Amino acid sequence: MALRNNRLTNEEYDEHFSDIHPPFETHNAALVEANRCLFCYDAPCTKSCPTSINVPKFIKQITTENLKGAAYTIFSANIMGGGCSKVCPVEKLCEGACVYNLMEEAPIPIAKLQRYATERAIHEKWPLFTRQASNGKKVAVIGAGPAGLSCAHALSREGVEVTIYEKEGKGGGLMTYGIAAYKVTPQFCQEEVDYITSLGGIHVLYNMQLGKDVLLETLQQEYDAVYLAFGVGMARQLAISGEQLNGVVDAIRFIYEIRTKGYPEVPVGESVAVIGLGMTAIDAATQAMRLGAKEVTLVYRRTEAEMPCTAAELNIAKLDGCNIIWLAAPKEIVGENGHVKTLVCEVMRLDERKLPVGTGELISLNVDMVIKATGQLPYTMAAPKIDNEHGRVLINEHAATNLPGVFAGGDCVNGGKEVVDAVQAGKEGAKAILKYLFREVE
Amino acid sequence: MADLSTNFLGIKSPNPFWLASAPPTDKQVNVLRAFEAGWGGVVWKTLGSQVKNVSSRYSSVDYNGYRIMGLNNIELISDRPLDINLKEIKECIRLFPDRAMIVSLMADNNRESWHELIKQVEDTGAHGLELNFGCPHGMTERGMGAAVGQDPEIAKMVVEWVMEAAHIPVITKLTPNVHSVVPTGRAAVAGGTHALSLINTIQSVTGVDLDTFVPNPNVGGKSTFGGYCGPAVKPIALKFLTTISQDPLTSKVPVSGIGGISTWRDAVEFMLLGATSLQVCTAAMRYGFRIIEDLCEGLNNWMDEKGFATIYDFIGKSVPTLTHWEELDINYHIVANINQDKCIHCGLCYISCEDGSHQAISLSYGKPYNTYAIKEDECVGCNLCKLVCPVDNCITMKEQRHGDEYLNWKEFQRRGLPLNDH
Ligand SMILES: Cc1cc2nc3c(=O)[nH]c(=O)nc-3n(C[C@H](O)[C@H](O)[C@H](O)COP(=O)(O)OP(=O)(O)OC[C@H]3O[C@@H](n4cnc5c(N)ncnc54)[C@H](O)[C@@H]3O)c2cc1C
Ligand SMILES: Cc1cc2nc3c(=O)[nH]c(=O)nc-3n(C[C@H](O)[C@H](O)[C@H](O)COP(=O)(O)O)c2cc1C
Ligand code: SF4
Ligand code: SF4
Ligand code: SF4
Repeated sequence: MALRNNRLTNEEYDEHFSDIHPPFETHNAALVEANRCLFCYDAPCTKSCPTSINVPKFIKQITTENLKGAAYTIFSANIMGGGCSKVCPVEKLCEGACVYNLMEEAPIPIAKLQRYATERAIHEKWPLFTRQASNGKKVAVIGAGPAGLSCAHALSREGVEVTIYEKEGKGGGLMTYGIAAYKVTPQFCQEEVDYITSLGGIHVLYNMQLGKDVLLETLQQEYDAVYLAFGVGMARQLAISGEQLNGVVDAIRFIYEIRTKGYPEVPVGESVAVIGLGMTAIDAATQAMRLGAKEVTLVYRRTEAEMPCTAAELNIAKLDGCNIIWLAAPKEIVGENGHVKTLVCEVMRLDERKLPVGTGELISLNVDMVIKATGQLPYTMAAPKIDNEHGRVLINEHAATNLPGVFAGGDCVNGGKEVVDAVQAGKEGAKAILKYLFREVE
Repeated sequence: MADLSTNFLGIKSPNPFWLASAPPTDKQVNVLRAFEAGWGGVVWKTLGSQVKNVSSRYSSVDYNGYRIMGLNNIELISDRPLDINLKEIKECIRLFPDRAMIVSLMADNNRESWHELIKQVEDTGAHGLELNFGCPHGMTERGMGAAVGQDPEIAKMVVEWVMEAAHIPVITKLTPNVHSVVPTGRAAVAGGTHALSLINTIQSVTGVDLDTFVPNPNVGGKSTFGGYCGPAVKPIALKFLTTISQDPLTSKVPVSGIGGISTWRDAVEFMLLGATSLQVCTAAMRYGFRIIEDLCEGLNNWMDEKGFATIYDFIGKSVPTLTHWEELDINYHIVANINQDKCIHCGLCYISCEDGSHQAISLSYGKPYNTYAIKEDECVGCNLCKLVCPVDNCITMKEQRHGDEYLNWKEFQRRGLPLNDH
């Protein structure tokens, strides 16, 4: 059986990919939750947000109907506070630390309140920030993803002229091309990028790839500093036989197509195996199901205790009807007429160090599609002279790489975390760059 | 089952809860529904000479998502024709003979008007009269309502006129728009009133509309001071009630407590400070008559728990515990204690003590949770931390007396003991 697209009606697609975390319907609904917030001192929610948003402050501002103030509080810590409110794994960040958890009560829905405050700001294009007068400095940023945009915004606020080089035709990075479609819409991503760049002083050059259309050496000469925020891109290979068969796809590619082509265009199997249990695996599995696959099975080498995704994410997959096979590692993909037919896995057990070891026992799954989601490899070939470790760009505590004036942050440094971490990295990068730029002058 | 029945100057009602003179008591349809719901009595919306009302009439103070913490109104006394009111009062008494029917009055400022009105009301069979000396708006300009209540001499004179004509018990309702309610209370008692009730509403401005710049309520672009009532005024009402209960003269007459009563707990507090019956307005306007069920059941359960068979077993019990500051024991001292097992690390105690009290709480940094502990030597026992802590019984106050014996301020000064020693 070959992969098939256009399995569902338009209504079914719409329903399957509508907002997984719906916003507050009314102002009152938001107020009820906002008023529950205790306004903690030195709040644990803030400490657990990588961008340190002053959560109690913005929530209080919602209660006083100072929505502009709330949006400013959020954006001044996290310029992607709008997108983050939809995609952050809050159960392990801010909401996971909310003191209500310690009272065995539901935490404050921080992300939902954050969305409430920021969505209006973005839709109505509130001009909350102004730029300092230009200081004549020019910085190039590679990648218009969360890290790049956050760095660019922070730099531009201080009067730096920023040029972003982006290899795709749209900004937003994995926010636009990677994150599950039921979390953010392409339209929102576009609005968010426009909102960020509406500050001025940020010039985005699309379809410009570093290493191909422009070289790092050139940028180093033309700009006062360069910030690398090109993310991670290549899927890690399984290195088993059958990997090149038709029907074996890389999760990032699969998701990218969902985000760019429109749901009916994306082919999906009848019976799909997804390898891995990180966030990407969950996203791929649930979206395959939502595109109309009959059966989706997540295959993971270890047990629930070691899985990289959160319990909340696993629940999304379970609620979507995905199966999970624990303690199984892919061994071979068997094909027929060049197309995937069977995924053979070895049953594993955990040794004393909790590492999976093979037991020799094999199980076979009849599938017509295999999605590989075993992690991405950061790539540095765009900038080959940069020191790296397994492809991750190496930086010091000032976000600086080994090349003078070249800084880096986000997924390309940390190997792939969350949007909110990338935004924070961009902020820190901007701070380091400003220091570098102005210390040099003195 | 405790006995909730009340005998207020011979006015009997199956429970002490009366609806205060206000919109819920200004028509037969309302009052009958209230009686069906179980209210012990009503004070019929004040009758007087014809008036005309404006709109809007109400505005409120909301707080942290709680609506109508305080209510403000600029309504006048009954604006319905007197003969209809009288006919309806009579009908209500006929249908519910076991409930208290008190009629509130505000006659024009002369003896004849009062006499005439009293006669008409007594003809209905009403059980008692309540003199409205409190309405703070509209009527004061004509020398009535609060204008009477604010001047003990006039109040006494009006009470005397009333007593010349009245054959049924007379309750004088006091205004809180005074420095102390005691002088008018005493004047009313001296004038012969059988009982007192308090408080009427407090003059107020609830807020200003930030778009129109006109304070609330807005009557075609202008506003005026309105009468404040509801939960927000309870502490003020209790204070005034206590002064009446403590005064040797006014404490001789029964008192009907009014002002912010919303729950049976509020009711018990009023009774402990001397009220024999309770009047409710805002809570009934806000939630409807059905609140009577919990008022009665809650009161009953509490009385059973405490072993009180009738309401007379506890009325006024708390009055003697309110004394002057000078009488308080200076040697009594408490310090706060945090139960670390219950603490949720919100830091609210810390910041309020740090900024608002005596810097007596220490913080040890943690991620994400800090640990907070009391510095006992610095703690002045003010209670602030305990008040702000969102967790029940997490912060408690431990007794740590400064000395065994009782020592009050007067004695402290007499002995010349050192000030500011901590
Ligand atoms: C499938 C998937 C699901 C995810 N789901 C979530 C989620 O639900 N919540 C969450 O918080 N995070 C999620 N993440 C992680 C999150 O998307 C990333 O951590 C975040 O986008 C990293 O931001 P970045 O700016 O570092 O990199 P990216 O977002 O990857 O942005 C890099 C940008 O650089 C551009 N670029 C790359 N190479 C070049 C070049 N040579 N020249 C010019 N431009 C270049 C890219 O086109 C891209 O626009 C998910 C990631 C994946 C893969
Ligand atoms: C809309 C409204 C109208 C009122 N009208 C009268 C009145 O006509 N006569 C009177 O004595 N008190 C009147 N009051 C005062 C109430 O009887 C009562 O004293 C006051 O509201 C305090 O009680 P509460 O806090 O339970 O509302 C009125 C109060 C309100 C809110
Ligand atoms: S950015 Fe994310 S982690 Fe931070 S407060 Fe907002 S929702 Fe929570
Ligand atoms: S931890 Fe919870 S209650 Fe405390 S400030 Fe944060 S959201 Fe509010
Ligand atoms: S206010 Fe209460 S819960 Fe909060 S830190 Fe203090 S003791 Fe703990």
